[in-house]
Amino acid sequence: MAETINQKQNFLKGIIKENPIFVMLLGMCPTLGVTSSAFNGLGMGVATAFVLLMSNVVVSLVKTQIPAKVRIPAFIIIIASFVTVVEMILEAFVPFLYEQLGIFIPLIVVNCIILGRAEAFASKNNLLSSAIDALGMGLGFILALTVLGSIREILGSGSLFGASFVHEDANTFILFILPPGAFIALAYLTVVFNKLTSKTS
Amino acid sequence: MSKKESTFINMVVSLLLITLISGLTLGFVNDLTLEPKAKAKLEKKVNALKLVLPTFDNNPVEDMKLVKSETASDSVEIYPAYSKNEFVGAAVIGSTNKGFSGLVKIMIGFKPTGEIENVVVLEQKETPGLGTKMAEPKFLQQFKNINIASYNLKVKKDGGDVDALTGATISTRAFCDATQMAYDAFIKNNSSLIESKN
Repeated sequence: MAETINQKQNFLKGIIKENPIFVMLLGMCPTLGVTSSAFNGLGMGVATAFVLLMSNVVVSLVKTQIPAKVRIPAFIIIIASFVTVVEMILEAFVPFLYEQLGIFIPLIVVNCIILGRAEAFASKNNLLSSAIDALGMGLGFILALTVLGSIREILGSGSLFGASFVHEDANTFILFILPPGAFIALAYLTVVFNKLTSKTS
Repeated sequence: MSKKESTFINMVVSLLLITLISGLTLGFVNDLTLEPKAKAKLEKKVNALKLVLPTFDNNPVEDMKLVKSETASDSVEIYPAYSKNEFVGAAVIGSTNKGFSGLVKIMIGFKPTGEIENVVVLEQKETPGLGTKMAEPKFLQQFKNINIASYNLKVKKDGGDVDALTGATISTRAFCDATQMAYDAFIKNNSSLIESKN
């Protein structure tokens, strides 16, 4: 296996060609669950990207030491440890965000993107490539969640990052804060995203 | 790049090592964040007390009383407030497990007459963007200066007087539940609170 990966491509693929949300459609649970506002989407994206980076780095470092038959439980323990660390740090230093995200922080453990990258990439590639892969994927995830959260917040609450631009009692599309709105917004975003990217490639 | 053989001993050793390291790391981070976590919680409590109580000159956190309540499984925390040795009100923690995602914990400030001074939400795990709106002033406004003795503390859908949060009726019901619990505890202990400072 030729170990020469173009690092720029490696980084960019997570954002565009293999965007975890719009192209691979992985990790839908937090994506649909927490993106009722732009801030929540951004917070969730950053927390997940951090766990993804750390787990990719560690998995890449210990990949030769883990017997193939127990690699999945080993990866899960590594991921769960980092998620718990993130949870404790958020609770101690950003209690506001900790309360907003609630149950979705521990659920980062079962986010398929993280285990997927550990299994499909970090366990086969060196440290640098794995870290860059995680950064690209993480950034793609953050962007997707923030865009989705922004659109739902604009339509559903008439505000963006908490800054309201409609009258307090204005009728907004409350549907977009509710779960069905998440599916609708995500579907249209995926269509738009794939339309745009198919033109450039 | 050769992987380790999947022999029994290799599997046991590698899993043991990983769990050991992760356990130690978690313990270390837990120790590290224990103090900031407690500090953040206390700060939140003091800020909440200042919000729900009229001006006071004692330390409600030190004067806190634990009382038994029939409706709550746990004992109820009451923070009495005094100004110049006169009882000016008390903050009561009301909680319920009937929220959309479990625990809802609120702090309510009562005037000595039983009217609500103000309410803040301390803990909740409701749906972001829907149930979480219970912590916003727009919702809490309606409880100011009401006396539950002459108020139907139920969601309008259930024939009461409370405007429910859009898309979060269950969260609103839980909120009313917690409020009722706090009110019951306050009324039961109101007289003893007035006397205790003398």
